[in-house]
Amino acid sequence: MESLTFRHTTKTPLPGTQPSAVTGVVASGNLEVLLERVLPPDACEVAIDTPIAGYGDVWAAVVADFVARAQPGGIRISINDGGARPDTVSLRLLQGARLMEA
Amino acid sequence: MAGDRAASIDPDALSWYEATARQRVTALVDPGSFREFLGPTERRMSPHLPLFDLPRAFDDGIVIGRADIAGTPVLLAAQEGRFMGGAFGEVHGGKLVGLLRAALDLKPRAVLILFDTGGVRLQEANAGETAIAEAMRAIVDVRAAGIPVVGLIGGRAGCYGGGGLIAGTCSRLAVSEGGRISVSGPEVIETNKGAEEFDSRDRALVWRTMGGKHRRLTGGADAFCADTVAAFRQAAVALIDRAPAFDLAGLEAEQARLAARIARFGDCRDATEVWARLGVNDPATVPGMDTAAFEAIVARVGEADHDAR
Repeated sequence: MESLTFRHTTKTPLPGTQPSAVTGVVASGNLEVLLERVLPPDACEVAIDTPIAGYGDVWAAVVADFVARAQPGGIRISINDGGARPDTVSLRLLQGARLMEA
Repeated sequence: MAGDRAASIDPDALSWYEATARQRVTALVDPGSFREFLGPTERRMSPHLPLFDLPRAFDDGIVIGRADIAGTPVLLAAQEGRFMGGAFGEVHGGKLVGLLRAALDLKPRAVLILFDTGGVRLQEANAGETAIAEAMRAIVDVRAAGIPVVGLIGGRAGCYGGGGLIAGTCSRLAVSEGGRISVSGPEVIETNKGAEEFDSRDRALVWRTMGGKHRRLTGGADAFCADTVAAFRQAAVALIDRAPAFDLAGLEAEQARLAARIARFGDCRDATEVWARLGVNDPATVPGMDTAAFEAIVARVGEADHDAR
């Protein structure tokens, strides 16, 4: 199991008041994303547990792209990965951000 | 906790088979009424899976909590069949057992169990087997206290292994065509007895032997649902009101019913032979029937409805 943590600073907090949300399921090629509004409004942290070791650079790129697009300030994101492809990860992160904005 | 598109779920359009455990719960109960116990943010995850380098789930594959259904307070548990086949591990099983025991104090109108499981998680088998036994014991206590326990079965993992045993202790069961109820699954039977005995790749054989229609026709399930959350909701509400008493007379009637069943059908080689003996005119057409046509057949078959369980 490889554990990765990425910390970013955002320009804005993520809109909305939803305190937490979860999307996705830990299954083959899928992942579970838990979002919690617990950080300072300009901070975002993404912590990943993945059974597929050696893809830290890909995770870093996908997370950086998501942070730039969604500006998820204030959100701590925890991921249980089941071996998802980068496009699936990106989709789930954006779904999670949308749920938090509701 | 915001779930998967919670606000936009339409129970009439949502397939039970395709939905996640969280989507089923959200769409099954009265809007906004669900309160989760030990939700994902509490991170009660399996202590065993990391030893096997396997990923964990924040809820260990089961969602538990309280809600209202048609204005009536219930406790409910929903297994996520896509996480490790919905299998029982230590935390997963402990959450179900704890919910059932809480029912004795909280006294809901009913407990609903949304089964979607292949049985016990092999990586934590001892804890899983213990949880199965404890869940059955807890259901007995809950039913003895006059609280019905209703099982809903229509997920992709079906209801197998210890899940099948737990289902057998419920007051009532609702099943859809996609749902399957059994103890040993198709692959297990084939592995132990050979493909001549049971070919697990023969999907039609699997479904007519363990599927929802067969279970409904032989009285193994008490309602047959279309594959929508709305249909399961309707069935759950109806079955809560029709739950039988739990007493010695009921258990003896169940024993007699099962003895009569083995005497009547014990030599059948295929489910279609069972259906023919039940009085179904053209049993080969049963698997292809839509819900309405199938319900008409069920209404004519005496075996399907009983209060024995």
